[in-house]
Amino acid sequence: MIRGRAIKLGDDISTDHIISGKYKFEFIDDISKMIPHVLEDVIPEFYKKVSKGDIIVAGRNFGKGSSREHAPRLLKMVGISAVVAKSFGFIFYRNSVNIGLPVVKAKVIPDTAESGDVIEVDLARGIVRDITKGVEEKVPPYPPEFLEVISEGGIVEYIKKRGGLPWSTR
Amino acid sequence: MPFIERLLSKRLGKEVSPGDMVFVPVDLVYAHDGTAPLVIEVVVNELKLEKRLARNKAFFFIDHASPAPTLAAASVHKKMREFASRFGIGLFDAGEGISHQLVIESGLAGPGEIVVGADSHTPTVGVTGALALGLGSTDVAVALSYGYTWFTVPETVEVVLMGTLKHMVMGKDVALWLLGLKDVEKFHGRVIEYAGDLQAIGLDGLATLTNMSTEMMAVTSVVPPEGLREQTNGSWMGSDYVDEISVQLDEVEPMVARPPDVFNVAPVSSVEGVEVDQVFIGSCTNGRLEDMEVAAKIARGRRVKSGVRCIVAPASRKVLLESLDRGYIDILLKAGCILSPPTCGPCVGAHMGLLAEGEVAVSTTNRNFPGRMGHRKSEVYLASPATAMASALTGRITDPRVFA
Repeated sequence: MIRGRAIKLGDDISTDHIISGKYKFEFIDDISKMIPHVLEDVIPEFYKKVSKGDIIVAGRNFGKGSSREHAPRLLKMVGISAVVAKSFGFIFYRNSVNIGLPVVKAKVIPDTAESGDVIEVDLARGIVRDITKGVEEKVPPYPPEFLEVISEGGIVEYIKKRGGLPWSTR
Repeated sequence: MPFIERLLSKRLGKEVSPGDMVFVPVDLVYAHDGTAPLVIEVVVNELKLEKRLARNKAFFFIDHASPAPTLAAASVHKKMREFASRFGIGLFDAGEGISHQLVIESGLAGPGEIVVGADSHTPTVGVTGALALGLGSTDVAVALSYGYTWFTVPETVEVVLMGTLKHMVMGKDVALWLLGLKDVEKFHGRVIEYAGDLQAIGLDGLATLTNMSTEMMAVTSVVPPEGLREQTNGSWMGSDYVDEISVQLDEVEPMVARPPDVFNVAPVSSVEGVEVDQVFIGSCTNGRLEDMEVAAKIARGRRVKSGVRCIVAPASRKVLLESLDRGYIDILLKAGCILSPPTCGPCVGAHMGLLAEGEVAVSTTNRNFPGRMGHRKSEVYLASPATAMASALTGRITDPRVFA
């Protein structure tokens, strides 16, 4: 179970909004140097305003755009514990699962939630709740393999701990 | 049955349907200087699986900040060269061209193959009849190490192209037209399969369409090779296309995507006259031979408007050499264009032609998000090479048909 304070964002937040591509080469040697620039053009000084455990609640197409994994990695690094959105960019969604950032597609709560609401995400049962508003929504549960990857903190951690992939190669 | 489902069913020896999570062998895996450092880090420092590498075709491309504009980029390139040489990974160094273009023109991918690239525009390779997935560095590191990747089979939308394009209207205009559909959401998370009068657009134009399926929010897109489609038609059971969209090609006008989003599509006529500081013709979207040809035809005997920078970057050395042989480069240089080596540089704001605050560009690239090509308060209009060249000549966004 994940619980956190909602940070509400709109539709079409691209990977370039999350972390502009121009920082890719400027700080190529150390991703953490990009932290001050996370979502800077959406919420100025976002990295100072975010608290550990906060949950992003967004509209359509969250994370559309680049394949750069820096986007979900940096959200996780600044303390975001989950992203609930109406829909995601294909690569962003995969990248998030791979690095252990829970991402949840929801239909209702992205409309009803406001910044500051307390949000709960139950990945295993497939439920998202807005405790403040008293709204609960069923979402498609994660396949068990993905749940294990997320709970280990990502595919790399999974492989390190368990010595192989969560999927059979046959 | 949609092509991608047939491809996967054949490869896995069992029938697959949309929603199935499958684990598939990867034939080709690649990364570039923007994403390879993280691939190397995951493989070497995290997974420590170096010995498992190179069970598939693997290539690195130095194309994003190339030749190196900064010390940081130079050190990344050095690291890539060392890693590639140590583990038998193929390397296309600075000046060779852009990854997706090189994969296509070097024949590294073909019909029925499964390709993963650490770049969101890998679906460009779908023009060869391959299943081409743009993924992140960790996904690619896993594919590089194990030779497999996971994939949830998406539904397929069929886009049927009908008729012929009008003069000065290009594949890019069709891509923008599709992005401007009210129900563009129907591409989201799906595969786009192109059918119909494919020859009306040609391979270069089709590659522009597969390239921009990323902007359409599709998982990927594919142009089934002729023959395979008919040969297997009717002999496969299973699901059908989830949707079909017909495009009457002769109704497509020259289009732009207005800043700051690819979905802000409008006919060129509605933004004509907007003053332009810079024009960029190139990138994995529109740096192919057809693009150079169209730009040269429009520029022949004319001059780029004083005060406008017009940068031309062929997508590969091969495109550059062929353009040189055919006289396109001579025309473009005499018209006042700035010739760039094959690179992604300007498209991603990595180097060459960055935009200052308040500047406006017309670009043949695929994205116009804020700050994409420079200052976050600069503006990028996406357009075809014909519209871009016409705009460079007048200094204002211009319908290319005035030069027809």
